Amino acid sequence: MRTRPYPLSELDDIPGTTVFTARRSREAYHLHKFCMSLMDAGNRAAFKDHERAYLDKFRMSEEQKRAVQDRDFSKLIDLGGNIYFLVKLSNTDGWSTQRAVGSMTGMTADEYAAMMRAGGRSPEGQRSIREGN
Amino acid sequence: MARITAGIATSHVPAIGAAFDQGRSGDDYWAPVFAGYDWVKEWEKSEKPDVVILCYNDHASAMMLDVVPTFALGMAEEFTPADEGWGAREVPVVQGHIELAAHLAEQLVLDDFDLTLMNSLDVDHGCTVPLSLMFGKVAEWPVKVIPLAVNVTQFPTPSGNRCWMLGEAIAHAVESFPEDLNVQIWGTGGMSHQLQGPRAGLINPEFDNSFLDGLIDDTDRLRAITRLDYLRESGTEGIELIMWLIMRAALGPDVEELHRFYHVPASNTAVGHIVLRPKSIGALAQAAE
Repeated sequence: MRTRPYPLSELDDIPGTTVFTARRSREAYHLHKFCMSLMDAGNRAAFKDHERAYLDKFRMSEEQKRAVQDRDFSKLIDLGGNIYFLVKLSNTDGWSTQRAVGSMTGMTADEYAAMMRAGGRSPEGQRSIREGN
Repeated sequence: MARITAGIATSHVPAIGAAFDQGRSGDDYWAPVFAGYDWVKEWEKSEKPDVVILCYNDHASAMMLDVVPTFALGMAEEFTPADEGWGAREVPVVQGHIELAAHLAEQLVLDDFDLTLMNSLDVDHGCTVPLSLMFGKVAEWPVKVIPLAVNVTQFPTPSGNRCWMLGEAIAHAVESFPEDLNVQIWGTGGMSHQLQGPRAGLINPEFDNSFLDGLIDDTDRLRAITRLDYLRESGTEGIELIMWLIMRAALGPDVEELHRFYHVPASNTAVGHIVLRPKSIGALAQAAE
């Protein structure tokens, strides 16, 4: 019997964290295909010109399309997305990565920036839901 | 004989590249970050490496959508900076080293590392930000580069220990290359950071500094850090630190620390940087004779 270092269910025990797996990657495949299309200036212009028409060219779910239009990054992560793809969208909008990332924390952009300048979020209490440490 | 003469690790935060490109490196926020690289920029002028094996991760710029390689080696004459959604960085095209890359492609597979070979590859900030930090603003990069991309995005990533073993195999492969080449190996990414979810912004200076210490004289401890440990302690993106272990393993058992820098924050990330010299350069080949 081959051994595993820990059960994969442990991945669900990290507070405020969604681990990007192969299954999630597939769920977000068309969303991510849209995101990577924004690596082209012409596509960025077409998207900005008519967001919905541009999104309709991709086989994304209606929920994914709506979350893109809402720039709801938390929702996009829930729907399988990964930040490295999603920043293609925030970069297209001229957002800093910090703004896109901070938008998922429930803090304002200024609050999040201030937290980072003060040394970031402490790992205390953020390691394990079960252990509360 | 080719020899690995030094290992460098650095974070590769995209905002560092943006600050560098937009002339904001002297701002109050960024000046302390860039000051941490003054030493290495001077040092590299006298080291004059011929080739850098640059371990980095592709941030969904050239891979990760249709193909998700665990380890991918760049096999091209040149690698163009990628457009990551705001236009490509205006930095020189990265020049490859076909002969050494082909040798690695052959030797590492023979050594049981089942690499993906990239005959065409655009490189993103993961590769070009470290080059800017080591060499500054230049018309041409002063080295050839062999990009080695590691999946640190989609779980499961390779383990830290697997990365260590790859680094050891790279050391053997380099030393069996007949041409006299001064080779550096760089590990990039990290240190602690998390770019998603309510836990975003996590920074763990204790973990980071303990990792930096371990690179010098406690590498067995670092090899044993599990993926879950990285996720819990250093954030979902902190797991990029496994790429530093490829670099460290390629230097052999004993190293001298030449320079170290640690700073929080750069955007969402703890910046770490270390320069290491193997204590016995070319020892593997000598031992084999």
